Amino acid sequence: MTMLPAQSTPKKLGLVIDLDVCVGCHACVVSCKEWNTGGYGSALSDQDPYGADVSGAWLNRVHTFEVMPEGGEIVGEAGDARIVHFPKSCLHCEDAPCVTVCPTGASYKRSADGIVLVDEDKCIGCGLCAWACPYGAREMDVAAGVMKKCTLCIDRIYNETFEEVDRVPSCVRTCPANARHFGDLTDPHSDVSIMVAQRGGMDLMPEQGTRPVNKYLPPRPRKSLADSARGLPLAENTDGAKGFFAWLDGMLDRI
Amino acid sequence: MHPAPSIILFTTLSGLGYGLAAVLGLGLLDPAAIATKFAHVLALALIGGGLLSSTLHLGNPQRAWRALSQWRSSWLSREGVMAILTFLPLVISAWMAIFESRHLLLPGLLGTVLCLVTVYCTGMIYASLKSVQTWHTPLTPLCYLLFAVAGGFVLAGFFAFCGSSRTVVVPILAIVSLIAAWAAKALWRDNMKRLVPLSTPESATGLGNIGHVRLFERPHVTENYLTREMGFKVARKHAGKLWLVALIAGGLIPVLLFLGLLLTGAENGLFPAFIAALAVVIHALGMLTERWLFFAEARHAVMNYYGG
Repeated sequence: MTMLPAQSTPKKLGLVIDLDVCVGCHACVVSCKEWNTGGYGSALSDQDPYGADVSGAWLNRVHTFEVMPEGGEIVGEAGDARIVHFPKSCLHCEDAPCVTVCPTGASYKRSADGIVLVDEDKCIGCGLCAWACPYGAREMDVAAGVMKKCTLCIDRIYNETFEEVDRVPSCVRTCPANARHFGDLTDPHSDVSIMVAQRGGMDLMPEQGTRPVNKYLPPRPRKSLADSARGLPLAENTDGAKGFFAWLDGMLDRI
Repeated sequence: MHPAPSIILFTTLSGLGYGLAAVLGLGLLDPAAIATKFAHVLALALIGGGLLSSTLHLGNPQRAWRALSQWRSSWLSREGVMAILTFLPLVISAWMAIFESRHLLLPGLLGTVLCLVTVYCTGMIYASLKSVQTWHTPLTPLCYLLFAVAGGFVLAGFFAFCGSSRTVVVPILAIVSLIAAWAAKALWRDNMKRLVPLSTPESATGLGNIGHVRLFERPHVTENYLTREMGFKVARKHAGKLWLVALIAGGLIPVLLFLGLLLTGAENGLFPAFIAALAVVIHALGMLTERWLFFAEARHAVMNYYGG
């Protein structure tokens, strides 16, 4: 059924990703691939895996951007420019365009928790959902001929044979920097909702009208290079010296 | 966007087929003429061939029947349903023309309407994608409709000159519809050139309030499904020249050839039929170029994450 749930889902499970904290180590990328190649649906195939032209289906990727502030100082090649590592997986949008375009009913949004999934037994691999997604969250598995996407590790988060601490998506569990968080974004008291409220969590491409559930926490403001330099004491300056050091300074001056 | 040969072939062939079937439904060609009987067969063959080639790009074509189920939300599904419904009046019309040498008004007109609705659905598949801003305009289905009608009249013009009845109506309508279609397409292209991108690397990353955003590193060093499917750039270098080729072959030459036939008062016969056939072939080549550009020139929002 490719109609979106008529009412807003009672739960909106999703991720909150902290761009201030992410170090770009790609551990979430690898852990996602590892978990999902043996989990829900067919394996995430790679083509030419040991060759020069390797490619494959990945559900989570880390891009890296350079942000140059307006009027920022350029020293060498960078200066005031800052690097932001940017993990990106399915945002489980409330108005998911990938769901409504699906001709077969393979693509659907769960009415209970809002997770967007693909029923691989119904998918014909036409690729239209990947065209409809502005975020590039869907990738075709070329070997299986079906569309793959982030399942929010649905086979972990509801798995009661797991320890409580492990019932989160693989990417969240593995992140060594604690940049990825999982929770219910409808509950204003959940950790993720509090983080979003405190840090000004934002939507990606709000102009596309997709209303993503996943939120991104912006990098914290940083002082410009010029401001940072002003606070550094000069080595020749002894104005603030007291006690023994003031006496020593005076003696050495006189010699 | 990557111009998959199967989709280009499908939209071109089925567009021509639906156009021809729509014109045949109007009963402008003599149903007793052998040429008209061939026209019905060709229309069905083009539509059928187009539909078959469209399944070639599927990952699991054996499940293609499932694509008929989600007509309530998906334009692709609607297209599939309409394509199958359209076959009913078209087969009846073809049967009557081929075996009874008659044109029935009701199945004929019903076929014409359903053909146009199917082509509209094809156009809406692209127009409904907000992620591809170039396509996301009502001009997209309008162009698809007008090109189908123009192609239909061009093909019907050929069969009119082959047939026994002398007609000036079909070639005139071919000229008019070709001009209308290329005018709409020129408007569409003008619209594309003046677009201000809806999404930018700044809005895609949410980092715009810090400053100018530039891709520093891609997630992987090699290409992936997304960059292959959405990041096609080859055409843009020669887009201007290819547009001229499409315009001249798809519009100007067929218009001039039909105009020549009309002005010389050509009757049906071998030479006029040859000239009309030339118009058909050149128009089809122009349409393939136009369709190729339609995909190759379209930019997808996801490329904001991949450095354009």
